[in-house]
Amino acid sequence: MNNMKLNLFLLALALLAPTVLYPVFLAKVLCFALFACAFNLLLGFAGLLSFGHAAFLGTGGYVTGYLMINSGLTPEIAIILGTLAGGLLGAIFGKLAVKREGIYFAMVTLALAQLVFFFYLQAPFTNGEDGLQGVPRGALFGLIDLSNNMVMYYFVLTIFVAGYWLINRTVHSPFGQVLKAIRENEDRATSLGYDVNQYKWLAFVISAALAALAGSTKTLVFELASLTDVHWHMSGEVILMTLVGGVGTIFGPLLGAGFIVTMQNYLSGGEMGNYIHIIMGAVFVICVLSFRSGIVGQLMKFKRNNF
Amino acid sequence: MTQPTQDFILETRNLTKAFKGFTAVDDVNLKIQRGDIHALIGPNGAGKTTVFNLLTKFLQPTSGSILFNGDDITPLKPAAIARKGVIRSFQISAVFPHLSVLENVRIALQRKEGNSFHFWRSERILNRLNDKAMALLESVGLETFANSITVDLSYGRKRALEIATTLALEPELMLLDEPTQGMGHEDVGLVSDLIKKVSQERTILMVEHNLHVVSKLADRITVLQRGAILTEGDYASVSADPRVREAYMGTEADDVNAEATAEAAS
Ligand SMILES: Nc1ncnc2c1ncn2[C@@H]1O[C@H](COP(=O)(O)OP(=O)(O)OP(=O)(O)O)[C@@H](O)[C@H]1O
Ligand SMILES: [Mg+2]
Repeated sequence: MNNMKLNLFLLALALLAPTVLYPVFLAKVLCFALFACAFNLLLGFAGLLSFGHAAFLGTGGYVTGYLMINSGLTPEIAIILGTLAGGLLGAIFGKLAVKREGIYFAMVTLALAQLVFFFYLQAPFTNGEDGLQGVPRGALFGLIDLSNNMVMYYFVLTIFVAGYWLINRTVHSPFGQVLKAIRENEDRATSLGYDVNQYKWLAFVISAALAALAGSTKTLVFELASLTDVHWHMSGEVILMTLVGGVGTIFGPLLGAGFIVTMQNYLSGGEMGNYIHIIMGAVFVICVLSFRSGIVGQLMKFKRNNF
Repeated sequence: MTQPTQDFILETRNLTKAFKGFTAVDDVNLKIQRGDIHALIGPNGAGKTTVFNLLTKFLQPTSGSILFNGDDITPLKPAAIARKGVIRSFQISAVFPHLSVLENVRIALQRKEGNSFHFWRSERILNRLNDKAMALLESVGLETFANSITVDLSYGRKRALEIATTLALEPELMLLDEPTQGMGHEDVGLVSDLIKKVSQERTILMVEHNLHVVSKLADRITVLQRGAILTEGDYASVSADPRVREAYMGTEADDVNAEATAEAAS
């Protein structure tokens, strides 16, 4: 089955899913899937490990939430502005981080994301620990009321498809080619005349903007923007989703996000709730130790060996 | 302006690189004649790779300057120097291992297309470069491997691919760091023929340990020892220099003779 067919199959699945499953849960999965795909663009295709992506998710959420509460803007505009805010923050982060290599890159992104976290903790308009609650979903283009969960789900699906398309396009674009070359052999790319830091920076900005798009959308779904989304735990979670699913594969982050969100939902309801971090940690360790290429990577290997 | 600099495509003036007190390149004045194949030789650790890193600004010189076509390029960044037409290879093979052979060459051709930041367009627009990339692969005898994944190529073929990729940029000056290192006899022959062929329209500065290759290819040779230039000249004069024999050839002159005999025998 080629990628195109698989994409169409997944789309059909996504279109039918809310007839069986709770649409808000599905919308949550899609938001995290988009977040993970955006993160994977950076780690999997540019070889850059950001440990600060929560800052973008959270920024998108706060900006969109604030605008929906305080301005008369329609949701699509609030989402676009949240996305742009995340992209702008990414442009600043990226400028400072891409000069560093490897673990130092991760540390710079973490440090900056912590600054952003404390900013949102203190800033008067975020409501501190309580967050922005009761964010109205509004009416799309002023016409389509999003308060219905089913309608909201299909709106989220549309956003997800657009974001997912853009990520795929970026990977398979002239820019994506250069990015791959840089990931493969940075010095050689430099010696061919590419200013590698500019390419890394652009990848960072695209990734940050799409992470913010995920955060903006998520805020509308849950009618809430809170510190959870800017906490470093969230930066760790997206790494987990990507690694579990399969870094550098197109479908890996989708699967990883679905898997982790499902597990969290399942566990947090029951008596296992207290152990959730331990269980997630264990999943992570198992993944890293036993199938380093993630679920999708493992499946591809299986397919190569058996067909 | 000083002397007729234009005859020299590349010149260094008092080029020096010190690593924490240890001087790896010591006051080097190099003059590369346009159109030459110029060899840089010297024992292990003499500073040859460091000179390459300085010329391409992968390292910052401690002092001294670099002139390319008479222009001071010392302050430029590595990518900017590449865009001026100075393209280097690396001592260990420098390919993009998980791209196809064709894509390796195409990535070099792509730069001048000016679409390398276009993330919203399909990579299919790069297909218009395929013919040119194929022609380059043909010139190094790799056309049948165009769709292979590069990591699967033999070492010699990787080095040939590297040359094709470099040629794609039509460099005025090619810097090759030990292009035949670690190769079997056959590959050495192939690559040195290739270098000879591509040297027609350009200048080449190469680091090379295989003195047989040097003797066949180099118009001019600079011998480096402990970071400083020991002597300079054509193969006959350099190889006759007793200081060179002492510093460098003592161990390797036998190899040259052995190779020469082997060649005569075959
Ligand atoms: N980044 C660095 N930091 C410290 N010392 C270095 C660095 N790069 C090179 N050197 C030292 O400088 C000296 C020259 O190294 P260089 O790699 O230029 O030698 P070379 O002539 O290319 O040798 P070879 O024939 O083995 O490739 C060596 O002693 C090496 O250890
Ligand atoms: Mg060397």
